[in-house]
Amino acid sequence: MVLNCKHVWAQISDYIEGDVAPELREAIEEHLAHCRHCAAVLDSTRNILILIADDRTFELPVGYSDRLHARLQEEIDSGEQLE
Amino acid sequence: MTTEPQNARPAAVESAAARDAELIRRILGGERELFHELVRPYEKSVYYATFSILQNQQDAEDAAQETVLKALKNLHSFRAESKFSTWLISIAVNEARARLRHDRVLKFESVDQSQTEEDGSFTPAVITDWREVPLQALERKELREQLQKAIASLPEIYREVLLLRDVEEFDIAETAAALGVSTGVVKTRLLRARLMMQKILAPQLRSKKSGLFGLFRSKAGGSWF
Repeated sequence: MVLNCKHVWAQISDYIEGDVAPELREAIEEHLAHCRHCAAVLDSTRNILILIADDRTFELPVGYSDRLHARLQEEIDSGEQLE
Repeated sequence: MTTEPQNARPAAVESAAARDAELIRRILGGERELFHELVRPYEKSVYYATFSILQNQQDAEDAAQETVLKALKNLHSFRAESKFSTWLISIAVNEARARLRHDRVLKFESVDQSQTEEDGSFTPAVITDWREVPLQALERKELREQLQKAIASLPEIYREVLLLRDVEEFDIAETAAALGVSTGVVKTRLLRARLMMQKILAPQLRSKKSGLFGLFRSKAGGSWF
């Protein structure tokens, strides 16, 4: 199986997921070994995904949890029965 | 080059499911105070789900609160064949979407745009090399803002899957269930979302020779994966 760059881009997300068949994985890795562009696309995409998954990237609003549970407690205290 | 599947750990998932099932049984039996404990592990995910759609802190927080109240009121209708977290996030998504529809006139993004972007090919930013941006660089507000802006700029359907799968790290099936779409649709949107992020961010991050990269140059040789 010989892949061109567009084929590799189309598979890059599944490849990152580890969700490609062995034969396809092998063909992608063969391509990546010889294509600086696709290797850089893969590396940069994975790098960006690692950065956005970090807790520092998206912080909850200060006091979010306290306000949420306070509101929830009001509801519980209101004595409304579960339907 | 190798990758590891990012699947959830089965043992942890089973233990969370057992914990949730026991809490739900007791809450429905009258111990309503335990609802705090039931939702606590998922409250962050609820916020991210509403924020991914509403893109505004206050609106997202209001929708998150309403989500939790609705979950309490409707807990009797929860069916154990799905995970509680998935059920809760689907309530959050629906709550946020309902608010967005109400407020749609204020949004620039059109429904047509969301639908047509599903078709056709998409090209990433083609670069010749990549020097890793280390996690420590997130200490810089500038980088955090760049990442947030890039996600905010995605059309809603791509932002949702990216937030749930790549920020909240739901698996593909959970993401699909929470959004009410098939796993195939999640995978297609995820590919687009990830490549859009790469296209927006790779040129920006790569050009910071005297900024992010310069600061961490000594550490850039190692692998961050």
